[in-house]
Amino acid sequence: MERLNDFYEAVSDTGNYIRNLKDGGKKVLGYLCSYTPEEIILAAGIHPVRLFGTEGNITLADAHLQSYTCSLARGVLEGALSGELDYLDGMVFPHTCDTIQRLSDIWRLNTDFGFFADVVLPVKLNTESAREYMEDVLRRFRSELEEGMGVTITDGALKESIEKYNRIRGCLKTIYELRSADPGILPGADVHAIVKGSMIMDRDYLLERLPEVIEMLREKEPSTGAERKRIVLTGSICNHPDVYAIIEKSGGVVVWDDLCTGSRYFEGLTGTDGDPVKAIVNRYIERLICPAKHMSNTARGDSLVEMVRKNNVQGVIFLLLKFCDPHDFDYPYIKGFLDREDIPSMLLEIEDQLPSEGQLMTRFETFIHML
Amino acid sequence: MTDVDKEKDSRKIKSVGKMKEIMTAYYIDAKTAEQTGKKVAWITSGGPVEPLIAMDVIPVYPENYGAMIGASKMGGDLCQKAEELGYSGDLCSYARADIVCSMIDGGPIGGLPKPDMLICCNNICGTVLKWYEIQARYYNVPLFIFDTPFCHTEYADESRRYVRKQIDEYTNFLENACKKKFDHDRIKEVGRLSVEGQELWQEVLDTAMNRPSPMTCFDAFFHLALIVTLRGTQIAVDYYQSLLEEMKQRVADGISAIPNERYRLLWDNLPIWYRVKWMSEKFAAHDACLVADTYTSAWCGQLKYMDGDNFLDSMAEAYTRIYLNIGVDEMIKIVLEVVDKYDVDGFVIHSNRSCKPYSLGQYDIQRAVQKEKGIPSVMIESHMIDERSFSESQSETRIDAFMEMIKQKG
Repeated sequence: MERLNDFYEAVSDTGNYIRNLKDGGKKVLGYLCSYTPEEIILAAGIHPVRLFGTEGNITLADAHLQSYTCSLARGVLEGALSGELDYLDGMVFPHTCDTIQRLSDIWRLNTDFGFFADVVLPVKLNTESAREYMEDVLRRFRSELEEGMGVTITDGALKESIEKYNRIRGCLKTIYELRSADPGILPGADVHAIVKGSMIMDRDYLLERLPEVIEMLREKEPSTGAERKRIVLTGSICNHPDVYAIIEKSGGVVVWDDLCTGSRYFEGLTGTDGDPVKAIVNRYIERLICPAKHMSNTARGDSLVEMVRKNNVQGVIFLLLKFCDPHDFDYPYIKGFLDREDIPSMLLEIEDQLPSEGQLMTRFETFIHML
Repeated sequence: MTDVDKEKDSRKIKSVGKMKEIMTAYYIDAKTAEQTGKKVAWITSGGPVEPLIAMDVIPVYPENYGAMIGASKMGGDLCQKAEELGYSGDLCSYARADIVCSMIDGGPIGGLPKPDMLICCNNICGTVLKWYEIQARYYNVPLFIFDTPFCHTEYADESRRYVRKQIDEYTNFLENACKKKFDHDRIKEVGRLSVEGQELWQEVLDTAMNRPSPMTCFDAFFHLALIVTLRGTQIAVDYYQSLLEEMKQRVADGISAIPNERYRLLWDNLPIWYRVKWMSEKFAAHDACLVADTYTSAWCGQLKYMDGDNFLDSMAEAYTRIYLNIGVDEMIKIVLEVVDKYDVDGFVIHSNRSCKPYSLGQYDIQRAVQKEKGIPSVMIESHMIDERSFSESQSETRIDAFMEMIKQKG
C-alpha cells in the first residue's frame, strides 16, 4: 500500500533509516527480545531498535558460532562484525535461550559498540521471589544505562515513556483487531511492515502515524472477494514478509499470531499508577509467554487454543526457526493441544532462507485446502 | 592369558567393579521405591541434590540415564522415535531419548522409576526447563524450578538474594511433597558429606597431574557417576576414598593409564558416549593420554564457594557459579588454568550439537588457548548420544592430523 511507504522503507533499509535518525543526534541501542525493557531505554532519550538478522551471506559469524546455531543469532553477529550495524551505540541482551546467552558473551568479547548490558531476567515468572528479582534486575539496568550513557532517567520520564508504549502497543493491537474482523482490508505483508517498522522507527513518529493508519483502515469499505481460510501463525520471529502473500495466494489469510515479532510484542498494557518499574514487571508477568520462560506447564498451549477460538481460526501454521530449542521442545505438546481440539496445524521450519515460492505454495495450498 | 592381555589387565582400574555394584544397588533401590514407600525425585545433573538426601528422597538423574543409553548405543533408535513424535532432531539427544523412554517404558534397565516430583535447576542449560516441563505434563507431578541466573561477568547481589530465597522455597516444596518437616540437622551432615565427596573427587582428578597419568578422562567419565548421583552420602565418600587410594598406589607403582604416555591432552565438553572406547583406543594408539577434561570437574569446581558448616547458604552461590553458568571469558580463564595444571600438549574440543551452552563459544575458547598457550587443538562434532550423527571417518582423519601436529611440535 502506497500510504505505508514510510514503514516499508524503514524495514527494507533499516541502516539508512537509523543513520538519518542519528543525524538528529539520537543515540541508538539494539535488542533482540520482546522482554527488552524498551520503556527504560526510551525514557533515557535513547532510540531502541530491534535487530532481525542479516539479508547477506554469513561468513564472519561462522568463526564464532557453529552451524547448528539459529539464523537469527548468526545473522545478527554477522551484522555486528561486518559493519552493517555500525549505527549502534550499544546493545542490550535480556536473558532468553542458551543461544542468545552465549551470543551475548561472544558479542561482548568481539565487538565494541560502546554500551553493553545483560539483563538477566528470571526464567520462571510465577513466584513472588522471581517477581522481586525481575524488579531488581530492571532497576540495575536502569542505573547501568544512566551511568553508561551519561543520562538521568526520572520516574516522570519513565511514566511518559510507558504511556507512549501503551499507545503504540494499543494501536498495533487495534490494527490486528481490524484485520481479524475483516482480513481483506490489509494484506499480511503490510501488517508485517507496520509491526516490524514499529520496532525500528522513531517512537514519537509512530504515535502520530499509527492512529492515521487506523483511521485509514476504518474509512475503508468492507472488503469483498473470496472467503479465505483464517490462519494463526505461531513461532519466534517472522522475518519473511513473503510468507503472508504466499498464504494469501494459497487461499488463506493470517488473522492473528503468537510471534515475538507480533502479538507477544504488543499484548498487555503497562500500568501507569505507582512505581513504573513494578508496572513493567507486571506486564511481563501477565503477557503471553515466550517458550524460554516458565509460567505453568501448559500456559502456551492453553493460550494458543484460546487465541484460535477467539479469532475464529481454521488452521495454525508453526513457523519455527531451525535450531530454536525452546520452540522445538514446545511444538509436539502444543500440536497435541490443537489436535485434541480438532484444530489442524502444519509445521514450517525455516533455515536462513525461505523455501522457493513454488514449494511453499504447494505446501500451504495442500494444508489450506484440507481446512 | 597372553602377555598382551596380562599387560592390559594390569592397567585396569580395580574399583570399576565396586562402582558397578554401587550403581546397581542404587538403581534397584530407586526402582523398588514404590514398594519401600520411598519417594523418587528426578533431578538435573547440576541440581542441588543435598536437600533430597536429607529428606530421604531418592534422586534419579535422567542425564545419568542418558549416558547409560548412549554407552549402550540405544540413543540413535530412541532419538529416532522422538523425532517421530515431533521432537526436532536438532534437540538435545539426552532429552529426546529420555522423553521417549518415559512414553514407551523402554530403554536400559527397563526405564527409570516414575518420579513423585521433578527438580529442575537451569544452571546447566535452558533445555532442562523444557525437558522437565514435558515430564511434568507427562507424569502430572509437581515441578520445582531452581532458577540460577546466568553469571556473564559476576554473581550479582540481586541474584544472590533470589537464589537464596529459592532454597527456602525448595525446602518448603519438599516439606509439602514429603509431608514432613525439613530436617535442618540432617542437611548439615549431608552438606558435610557432599563437600567431602567433592574434595575427594577433585583429588582423584588431580592424580592425573602425574606423569604418566594413572587415569584418563575416559575413566573419569565413568567414575563420575557417583559424584553426580550419590553426592552427599557416605557411600560416595567411601568410594572416592578407595578410588583415590587406588590411584595413588598406581602412581607409586608406576602403572599408567595408557602403555606409553608421550602426549597429554585436554578434553572439552561431554563425552561422545557411544564412542568412548573407540576414542580412548584411538588416542592411546597415538601415545596420547587425555589427562583432564572440563566436564567431570564441574562437580567439584565450585568448592571454593562451598562451606560445609553453613551448607544451605553457601550452596546457593556454588550451584549458581558452575562452569556452564558463567561467561565465555570466565571459561577461558579456567581452561587456561587446567592447561597449565595438567601440563597438556593439545586440546580436543567436542562440539556437541546436543549442548549449546557448552558448545557455543568454543571457537573463542579455542582461539584463546591457541594464542595464550600455543598448543594445537582439534574439533570433533557429534550429538552426544545420537550415534547417527557421528562420522567416524571424518573424526579419525581430524584426530590423526591433530596428532601429527603435536608430534611435529614435540
